[in-house]
This record gives sequence, C-alpha cells and structure tokens, in this order.
Amino acid sequence: MNAPQNERVIIIGSGPAGLTAAIYTARANLSPLVIEGEPSSTSDQPGGQLMLTTEVENFPGFPEGIMGPELMTNFRAQAERFGARFLTEKATRVDFSARPFRVWVRDTEYIADSIIVSTGARSLMLGLPEEQRLIGHGLSTCATCDGFFFRGQHIAVVGGGDSAIEEATFLTKFADKVSIIHRRDEFRASKIMQDRAFSNPKIEVIWNSTVTAVLGESKVDGVELTNTVDGSTSTLPVTGVFIAIGHRPNTDLFAGILDMDETGYLVTEAGSTRTNIEGVFACGDVQDHTYRQAITAAGSGCMAAIDTERWLETQHG
Amino acid sequence: MASIQLTTSTFDETVGSSAVPVVVDFWAEWCGPCKMVAPILDEIADEHQGQMTIAKLNVDENPDIAMRYQVMSIPTMIVFSGGQPVHKVIGAKSKSALLAEFGSFLDDSH
Repeated sequence: MNAPQNERVIIIGSGPAGLTAAIYTARANLSPLVIEGEPSSTSDQPGGQLMLTTEVENFPGFPEGIMGPELMTNFRAQAERFGARFLTEKATRVDFSARPFRVWVRDTEYIADSIIVSTGARSLMLGLPEEQRLIGHGLSTCATCDGFFFRGQHIAVVGGGDSAIEEATFLTKFADKVSIIHRRDEFRASKIMQDRAFSNPKIEVIWNSTVTAVLGESKVDGVELTNTVDGSTSTLPVTGVFIAIGHRPNTDLFAGILDMDETGYLVTEAGSTRTNIEGVFACGDVQDHTYRQAITAAGSGCMAAIDTERWLETQHG
Repeated sequence: MASIQLTTSTFDETVGSSAVPVVVDFWAEWCGPCKMVAPILDEIADEHQGQMTIAKLNVDENPDIAMRYQVMSIPTMIVFSGGQPVHKVIGAKSKSALLAEFGSFLDDSH
C-alpha cells in the first residue's frame, strides 16, 4: 500500500460550512481534500442537513427560495471548480495527537498538516426502544422523504422549533390532520413560522405533552402521550410520527480528542474557529448550538478557511 | 440509461417476466436522498448487467404500486425474484452497503 500523500488540509464534512471552507481553501491553493460522507437518509451525508429539506427560503441571495439539495449541489460545484477534491466516504477514526494529523476511512489512512471539522449535526431521536423497529414504517425524521405516504391520514409531529413547524406545515400537503406535540406551552419557533402553524386549519397543537411510546407492531398506529404538567397519559391514534425535537452534533469521532461542551458541541475559541488542538479548526453546526443556520454555517466555514490558511503560513519554517 | 422506468401498467409484466432479479427503486422528485442514490444504482446496473436489472418507480405517479408493497419511506429498494419481493432496503446507502444488500440475489449463471 502506498504511503498517503501529505495533504495541506483535510475537511471532514460537506454541508454549508465544510463546502464554504473548501471553496476558500481551494482558492488559497491549498487543494483541500473533502471527506464528504456516505449517502444516507439521515443528515450525515454529502451536503448535510439541507439534503433533507425542500424549499430553503431564508438563505440570502434567493428571493424566490431554492431547494435544499439544489443549493448544496451548487456549493459543491463551486468548490470543485476551484480545485477541491472529494472522497465520498465517512471518516471512521482520527488521530490528532501529533502532526501531521491522521484520518482514516476504515483501513485507508489520510494525513494532513491541518484539519477543518465540519461534521454538523443529526436529528435527535426520542430514545425509545421501539424506534429502531418502526423507523421507515411510519416513524420518520424526514418529512420530505416520507410525507407523501401519509396522504389523507392523521399524523403527529413531535417538537416545538422551526423544524417541527416547517415539517408540520409541509405535511399538511398530504395529511388530513397534523398534530404537533410539544412538551411546553409555547413554541420556540420564529414568529412567522408560529403564525403559519396557528392559521393552518389542518394543524392542531397538543401542548405540555411528550411522546412516551410509539405504538404499533409492523407499522405505527398511535402514540402514547404523557402530560408534562399532571403526568396523565393518553393515546393518540396516528399512522405517522415525525420527530423534529432538535439535533445533536456529530462529534463521536472526536470524543476524548477535541474539547466539547456537555451536549457534545465542539468548543472553539471565541471569535475564531480554533479548537483546543493547534491546526484543527471547527465550523458549522458541530460547534454552534446558538444559531445553526445554513448562512451562519457558511460564514464560519469561511472563517475556518482563513484561520487555517493564516496558521499554515506561520508553520513555514 | 442504465435502469428502466416502470409505471403501474408495465410493472407486473416487467417484474414478473424477468429472468434475473429486479431491484425496484421507489423514488420521487422531491426526495433528496433518492436523488443521491439514483446515480449509484445506475452504476450498479451497468456493472451487473445480465445479473440483475434495476428499475425505477416514481411513487408520485404510481402510488398504488407503492401502497401494494407497503412502501412508507423513500428511497426504498425492493429486490424481486421470480416476480416476488424477497428483500427490502429502506433509506439511502453507500454503494458498498447496497452491493452487500443485493449481493446474495445476483444471478450468477450469466
């Protein structure tokens, strides 16, 4: 087996953050290698979370909106145009204990002078034992993938943020009735999204409730709800359940290696993308639990590229 | 084009009369992961011509076939052998993962 070529920079992850970092580092003649992920129906795949949405209305520059997958295709093409190279694989292991840094895809090793981590985040699940069995059988984290199959039915969306309301609103195109189940008594979604939910006749909101069981043998036929105020339980007969309760950062690969906060988000020095390891930079949702927008991810991807480029210059002896 | 398009009217005949296993890819225009897996399936179809056929079914246009096979999430790929569904793969996957799923059904006699 040939010794791996020493890359100037390896970018792990290919959502808006990773691909913006790829554009900028490519234009700085660093010939970045982007380990973009494997195709999957979850968000840790090439293109990231926007691959699972339809219309993106709030990314600046698109007054008519743009489809998520189309936006990411454009990001990738732009990075490629300037010389970014792509590996359609998932990183399986990293070693940042010495330089050059090492990244593995199963048995293949890659080495680099610097690393940009942009592995993003994935949907939180409810953590119920029946989830594995019922995913794809009425239980879903991707409304755009699965919503079609619930035409004329009564379905539930779990969550209270923008994603939950977006999903619920999208699903009213197919379902007869959408019940949004939220554990508090008010949404944390943006006002404009809340207005859309409240004015949609197909949407009802069940407040102060959590889903404590998803019911059904070979497919979903209901959920058990527990009231967060008085503890009472009830059953809601639904044939579809969409989980939109938030995200968790994809940082398992860096456990014990990069500093992270108690919810797993990577810690970066304020006002920069520097992690606790010199030469390793982090951008996008993987280090952001405050903003988590495509545009803020793209912005931090640019910062990571500039931080990387400047740091590499200081390393030239 | 490496794979064939199926419709409600051509489904039974195409799948039923095939001498080799048919992998039917259930997809739709608005499904991101479906679009991601489509070119991978085309590659697999090219590389295994004569051992299996890959066919695509748009669920928007042919919802009854999707319902017949209890497809509730896309992409779903169902392997048909002798006209009968013998294996179901739910969700987009990498090429190596898909080959691992379809592998045991490839027709070795060609």
